[in-house]
Amino acid sequence: MPSVKIKKTSPDNDMTPMVDLAFLILAFFMLATKFKPEEAVEVTTPNSVSADAVPEKDVLAVSIDKEGRAFVSMDNPEFRKVLIENINTTRNLGLSPVEMKAYVNSASIGIPFGSLKQFLALTPDEQKKVKQPGIPVADTTGGELYFWVRDALSAYSGRKLNLLIKADNDTKYPAFKNILNAFKKNDQNKFLLVTEPEDAPAGTPLYETRQNQINKVK
Amino acid sequence: MSSIDVSDDGGHKKGPGVKKAKKLSTKVDMTPMVDLGFLLITFFIFTTTVAQPTAMKLFLPKDVDRPEDQNKVKESGAFTIMLGKEDQVYYYEGLDPTKLQSIGFKGIRAEILRKKKSTNPEDLVVIIKPTEDATYKNTVDILDEMTIAEIKRYAMVDITSDEYQLIKLTESANGIK
Repeated sequence: MPSVKIKKTSPDNDMTPMVDLAFLILAFFMLATKFKPEEAVEVTTPNSVSADAVPEKDVLAVSIDKEGRAFVSMDNPEFRKVLIENINTTRNLGLSPVEMKAYVNSASIGIPFGSLKQFLALTPDEQKKVKQPGIPVADTTGGELYFWVRDALSAYSGRKLNLLIKADNDTKYPAFKNILNAFKKNDQNKFLLVTEPEDAPAGTPLYETRQNQINKVK
Repeated sequence: MSSIDVSDDGGHKKGPGVKKAKKLSTKVDMTPMVDLGFLLITFFIFTTTVAQPTAMKLFLPKDVDRPEDQNKVKESGAFTIMLGKEDQVYYYEGLDPTKLQSIGFKGIRAEILRKKKSTNPEDLVVIIKPTEDATYKNTVDILDEMTIAEIKRYAMVDITSDEYQLIKLTESANGIK
């Protein structure tokens, strides 16, 4: 009687292809990942059908959170340096070079001029713990934000500066309007509102225009 | 690693100072490396921001000192939208605020499109008036409706106190606090 031979297979199998794939995916994500810039406030932006990308260079961004606190940030450290030097002279803040450097290294600022010196003297870790009250934006004069915008514009001295406004879904309209006023006082009337992308609803004129454009390309 | 095998017993002698080559398996245990690899993958998947934010353009008119310098709106072409509390939308056609209609965000698109169809395109102007109670989301949504309906001329202006009173009355009549 011939005995049935059972093939002995090794319990560990070759993981090499899986590992290859895993590292391929890993390499892809590492290259594709872009880290979010650190921000002092968490803002959930509304959706819009707009398809334009947010510019990354030459940006002056004003963020408004739920409570209406305003924060200012600029992307370029060189211009941040010019900005804080301008603010220091025009507003007589008496900042030391070290404190100005602390500003250049910080992400976004929501501190009134009065306590700015005190805030910048802290170490970065201590700064994170401070609950920033937001830049004062008074009703009609534009408050202190007016000076931030003015000095940022003068730092760019005529070159194009993209004005971004990033507000939360639940921000009340008056808070948003005050920000607009601060820009308007500086004769700035073109803004970019940061939103999340959304498709145009079917059957609307915009939807049809976009469909026509797609068909033309085809 | 750096220890030198000095034991001499066992096996035939190759002479003094000749070391035995240890036989090692060519297979290396890859499990820890794979663990780490997948850990990193999960990390990067979670930190990746998939959708890039988009920018919505907003152009505002310059403030004019004298009201008579402002552009006049034809009565037949005016369509005013007001944003109230709790995502409520109010609108009226023409220049008479008392014809105020209450409508939500769902219905406003149809009304805008109806107005667009029935009006001479050159006369049509949509006026957006957010009240103090409107949220930023409402404002962006209604500006978005302008893009969706492809309205060429629209303006965002402050609400007058008369209109605000009317909205207050309508709100209390509709039971919105």
